Amino acid sequence: HLATSLPLPSERDHLRPRIDLVVFMIDIKSKYSLKNVETSLAYVDASFFLGKVCFLVTGVGRVNACSIETNAVCKLGETYCSPVLFCELELEGVRTATAQRLVQILRICAGHIPGVSALSFVSLMRKSDDD
Amino acid sequence: EKADPQKTALLLRKAWTLYSVTPLYGFRRARLRDYARLLGAFIAAEKQKGLAVEVGVELDIKVALSSLADIRGSELDQAALLVQLSSRSRGSSRNSEDKPLWWGWFCSVFGEELSENVPEPFTCLPLFLSHGAESYTALVGSWFQKTFDCCFRRLAISPLNLSWMVAMWAGCKLDRAASAVELVFSVPRLAQPLEISYAIHPEDAKALWDTVQKTPGEITQEEVDVFMDCLYAHFHRHFKIHLSAAKLVKISTAIASAHCDGIVKILHSQYLPGVLMLLTELAISQIQ
Repeated sequence: HLATSLPLPSERDHLRPRIDLVVFMIDIKSKYSLKNVETSLAYVDASFFLGKVCFLVTGVGRVNACSIETNAVCKLGETYCSPVLFCELELEGVRTATAQRLVQILRICAGHIPGVSALSFVSLMRKSDDD
Repeated sequence: EKADPQKTALLLRKAWTLYSVTPLYGFRRARLRDYARLLGAFIAAEKQKGLAVEVGVELDIKVALSSLADIRGSELDQAALLVQLSSRSRGSSRNSEDKPLWWGWFCSVFGEELSENVPEPFTCLPLFLSHGAESYTALVGSWFQKTFDCCFRRLAISPLNLSWMVAMWAGCKLDRAASAVELVFSVPRLAQPLEISYAIHPEDAKALWDTVQKTPGEITQEEVDVFMDCLYAHFHRHFKIHLSAAKLVKISTAIASAHCDGIVKILHSQYLPGVLMLLTELAISQIQ
């Protein structure tokens, strides 16, 4: 399900299936997309931040079109205890790999992988970042 | 920090195309006359080969290399190197007035970050600025690359860096009446490309920057963000357009103007070192 911002319209609440993962997309070429994500974060229930939220930064292939500082995004990830993935959607290989990563994270969040919970997975990712 | 006004005047009010240059190997400041001769011969030879730069007119290209002793940040920087190409029409029997055709200069202003890690036979002049026909830039560039084993790369300026420049330069104190601060945005993903130009009264821009900047002489990313956000918010209030979703492509202030394709015009001699220091930093990050 795609949305340009949060909160989601309440009219469809009863038709909506359970949400397992929220991916916030930030376009490194648009300051506006970062602001939009920051505002939308306020509408996410705290329980999601135990591994069911992740940030996806797109457009990183174009170094010369950067409107956002990478540090700002990493800080956002730290503040909300959620992983930050970087990708370039214009490259097919990276697009496919990123999609596969997200699907794997989604499987974990939906509880389809026995023995790995969303929370344990996110602490694993955080540990490797610190190293 | 006094610069030779005549030479400095050459550098102002011209649109310079920016490049980053890796350290030059085996460059000797004492051999400038020799280098000028060799470069002149190279250009003449290339023209003979049929890679003519100007079709029709018979031109003798004269090359001059000189040092700009005052264009440097500290003693650790190499003095800037200026290359001038001028033409002398073969046909004219009257006084041979050289007509300037092309300028290019190498410089380093507070570029210790690069030079301190580079061994002896290398000379660090990471920023190159050219003005004139692209064909001459290519000729001069390829001679330097062949002779000193260096590499030239176009230096683009990201919207992030452009916003630093506009915040810094809009905040500078100027004695005379300054021109407007202008930001030009390009709107992505439209069938017809759309450009939005946002002009701000220079006093308003400076007043805004003064309320944002906490420590004079120091600028942080947060301060630049607040400055830009105020400008975006003001525009949105009036036009309901989110400039933060567009791409900042050009900025213009009374001090200097810069375009994301890596084209810069410096308008004020007092701030020349400051502008060059920032550009040197950008060139070095592209090299490293």
